[in-house]
Amino acid sequence: MNTQNVESSGSHPDTGRWLIKGADLLGEKRVDILVVDGVIAAIDAEITDAEVTTVDAAGQIALPGLVDIHTHLREPGREDAETVETGTRAAAKGGYTAVFAMANSNPVADTAGVVEQVWGLGRDSGWTQVQPVGAVTVGLEGKQLSEIGAMAESRAQVRVFSDDGKCVHDPLLMRRALEYVKTFDGVVAQHSQEPRLTEGAQMNEGAVSADLGLTGWPAVAEESIIARDVLLAQHVGSRVHICHLSTKGSVELVRGAKERGIDVTAEATPHHLLLTDELVRTFDPVYKVNPPLRTDDDVQALRAAVADGTIDVVGTDHAPHPTEDKECEWTCAAMGMTGLETALSVVQHTLVDTGAVTWRDVARIMSATPARIGRLEGQGRPLEVGEPANIVLFDPAAETLVDPENHESKGRNSPYRGLTLPGAVRATFFAGHPVVLGGTLMRPHPAAGGR
Amino acid sequence: MSRKNTADTDPQDPGEISGTTRRILSAADIDRALTRVAHEILESNKGPQDLVLLGIPRRGFPLAQRLADKLAAIDDFDPSTSLGQMDVTMYRDDLRRGPSRVPWPTVMPARGVDDATVVLVDDVLYSGRTIRSALDALTELGRPAVVRLAVLVDRGHRELPIRADFVGKNLPTSSREKVRVRLAEIDSPAAAELGLRGAAEATPQDRERYDEVVIEG
Amino acid sequence: MRHLLSTRDLTRDQAIEILDTADRMAEVGQQSVKKLPALRGRTVVNLFFEDSTRTRISFESAAKRLSADVINFSAKGSSVSKGESLKDTAQTLMAMDADAVVIRHGTSGAPQRLATAGWIDAAVLNAGDGKHEHPTQALLDAMTLRQHRAALAGEETTGTGLDGMHVVIVGDILHSRVARSNMWLLTTLGARVTFVAPPTLMPVGVEHWPADVVFDLDTALARDPDAVMLLRVQRERMHAAFFPSEAEYARLWGLTPERLAALDAAGATTAIMHPGPMNRGLEISSAAADSPRSTVLRQVSNGVAVRMACLYLLLTGAR
Repeated sequence: MNTQNVESSGSHPDTGRWLIKGADLLGEKRVDILVVDGVIAAIDAEITDAEVTTVDAAGQIALPGLVDIHTHLREPGREDAETVETGTRAAAKGGYTAVFAMANSNPVADTAGVVEQVWGLGRDSGWTQVQPVGAVTVGLEGKQLSEIGAMAESRAQVRVFSDDGKCVHDPLLMRRALEYVKTFDGVVAQHSQEPRLTEGAQMNEGAVSADLGLTGWPAVAEESIIARDVLLAQHVGSRVHICHLSTKGSVELVRGAKERGIDVTAEATPHHLLLTDELVRTFDPVYKVNPPLRTDDDVQALRAAVADGTIDVVGTDHAPHPTEDKECEWTCAAMGMTGLETALSVVQHTLVDTGAVTWRDVARIMSATPARIGRLEGQGRPLEVGEPANIVLFDPAAETLVDPENHESKGRNSPYRGLTLPGAVRATFFAGHPVVLGGTLMRPHPAAGGR
Repeated sequence: MSRKNTADTDPQDPGEISGTTRRILSAADIDRALTRVAHEILESNKGPQDLVLLGIPRRGFPLAQRLADKLAAIDDFDPSTSLGQMDVTMYRDDLRRGPSRVPWPTVMPARGVDDATVVLVDDVLYSGRTIRSALDALTELGRPAVVRLAVLVDRGHRELPIRADFVGKNLPTSSREKVRVRLAEIDSPAAAELGLRGAAEATPQDRERYDEVVIEG
Repeated sequence: MRHLLSTRDLTRDQAIEILDTADRMAEVGQQSVKKLPALRGRTVVNLFFEDSTRTRISFESAAKRLSADVINFSAKGSSVSKGESLKDTAQTLMAMDADAVVIRHGTSGAPQRLATAGWIDAAVLNAGDGKHEHPTQALLDAMTLRQHRAALAGEETTGTGLDGMHVVIVGDILHSRVARSNMWLLTTLGARVTFVAPPTLMPVGVEHWPADVVFDLDTALARDPDAVMLLRVQRERMHAAFFPSEAEYARLWGLTPERLAALDAAGATTAIMHPGPMNRGLEISSAAADSPRSTVLRQVSNGVAVRMACLYLLLTGAR
């Protein structure tokens, strides 16, 4: 257990007594939830208690605090794009009580020093738990393994290793990484992108790229790496996590691998569950992302794969960029979209409202499984008595007109600008403390470092 | 006023008042007016020598053609060398108003315009701005000795110091009214079919049927 | 028409309107005074991020024949090459009261971005963007094709489309904005388009296009096309493994003297088109380039007329 992480579990004498009234537990039954000092003290149809602050949650779905397996917080190095402070505020606003911070900062999170810095910044922020991801290779350069052991044993207790943004394309290096992380029960999260097949790639390769004359990013560049990596994982008996899977062919490969008993987990982003490459016809770089938006065929395959469990988790790949990196020509623009503050609404829209999954499934794919993949104690726990009080209250009947200017993230690059999405996060309890109440950001957790 | 009566008017009878439309000239009126103008041109020029007719698209050109035919019938005028069409679109001062205008072809008369008596021919003289454009356009084509202006209808309301030398019909109008000239070469169904591809041949029967000048509004 | 970004956006009527206007503009080219006052007092900026002297002077002379003021803004050696953003460049041009911006850019979509991002208020005319579109090239090609058919049939061009014509476009379809713009425009005007290229130079997704695709040039030429258009082959493509050697490309996809002779022997009326600049001996032999079938110079003069027409139609009319 990660005892360093004060937010992750255990009781918090300072967080007080909260009574959540009339919440819809996993969309299944109406309950009251009593939270006392960071822990769920009682769940019952009707709880009365005089010594509490009551939160009216009528009509709101109660889910365990969300866990994002894939976030870019940009700090250190690109504080103009996002900081741990702004990124975790955005996470809290989106219902997340933990985020895995990807390693492609500057300097790269490839040493114990950098991962401890990020971990410490997260602890200081007090909005959500920040769990650093360590780089697989030094400088994400794909040449030499980084100090995986040192990062695993650091205060940050890193368990997820990824060169995300770049693919660990050297098959031998990937094999070694898969083997080596077993020492710490770690996992390699692969950004599946065959580099030679995607040189200069700008968008999905297909009918739209043909029209637009933008260099294609073919599905096969993702699928060939996934095929190789599941075979490697099988060969060396390791587990592998596939980041932001985006194609129908990838779904079929992962499904086949799981049928063969290979220990593979897969992630889809909210944007790949909703948006298609038709949007690129606008040439608005807000739709430029890596892997690129694919076709409707792929979107439908991804939704079905989440529904049948082939895809295990929804991860945001929240990638904030400063305005100037998006306010330019397509090929000059940075890749990536923000996502923390819209993910749950997009999941409701694409998966719950379509009948593909239940709210109980949402708890699994956005909280329990990502925490399990990342071996994150105290997160993704069921909403049961005695468990840490990481809870999100979500009103599925609300409608949210997305206006990135109102987002907590520094990034304004939301592809949903101007869209009305269903649902709204009303409250986020992080280790017993409401960081969000009434849809408004409150105060950070009182146990946050330095406070 | 005619506005009320017209709803009851038989739509099959194009010769009478229909809608808020009044017919001012019939086909026969138009032909008589052109005959008179042709004589006036010859008289003013003291014959057909060095005479050039330039029609301004669209309806100025068929009128110029008809005048040319009459001149040829009356006197020794050769339409094949002395009749042309001059588009003035690119010289207009209102290009930024209304929709963009696709220019019409300019067809120079074979003899050119240098030292000629050029008679510009248009259907309706109104503000005078089209003729102002025509005078500019003409300077790019050459240097005529004399430039005259012939119009089928002068409806007044000039905005520039321009007047016609030969007028088929002086027609006092309100500026709210619209004057429509219809000529078989352009306004017959067969010609409409041709669209932008230009004017159709028109038989005397076609003219009898489709020629008219009306006031709307 | 507010902007001219893509031939795909043009309706048949709009395209014919441009071509008819271009015919009129071409007549001006025959006059002793080759100048029209239509755009007097208007400012046209040629914003060229890629070197293309031919296209730039064509636009420049088109604007000047319409009496517009022309500002040439070449990205090379300017602040643009020092990292100034397209947005800042655009707003600088607006501060100069540009009425139209003619933009040539190496990136697909840059003109559309300029037109739609809300940075500027001027009309935007795409003079070639990346591998996307080159609408005025396609329009001048359509004008040339229309003249070719009208001359053979002894008819007028005005008001006509390209109905029933068959055009074979040969070469680097994958990287060609000329091929894309021609495909959309020629099919809108009723022509049939066949693309011929090595499969490596055909884009994935080509099956969604309104064009026949064949890999063998002789098969396509045997179909008696009204025109065959050769696209310039960038020599560096060879190094990216798109084809093994220039000699092999020329033999399989070049308009060789033998293929020219076959057209002559068959009595075909096929015109030979090339957007220029030509790689003689690669995609087109000198015999073909200099043959009476070649419309290359006609294309150049039509280019000025088409660009006059586009500038005129974009900059006149109420907004």
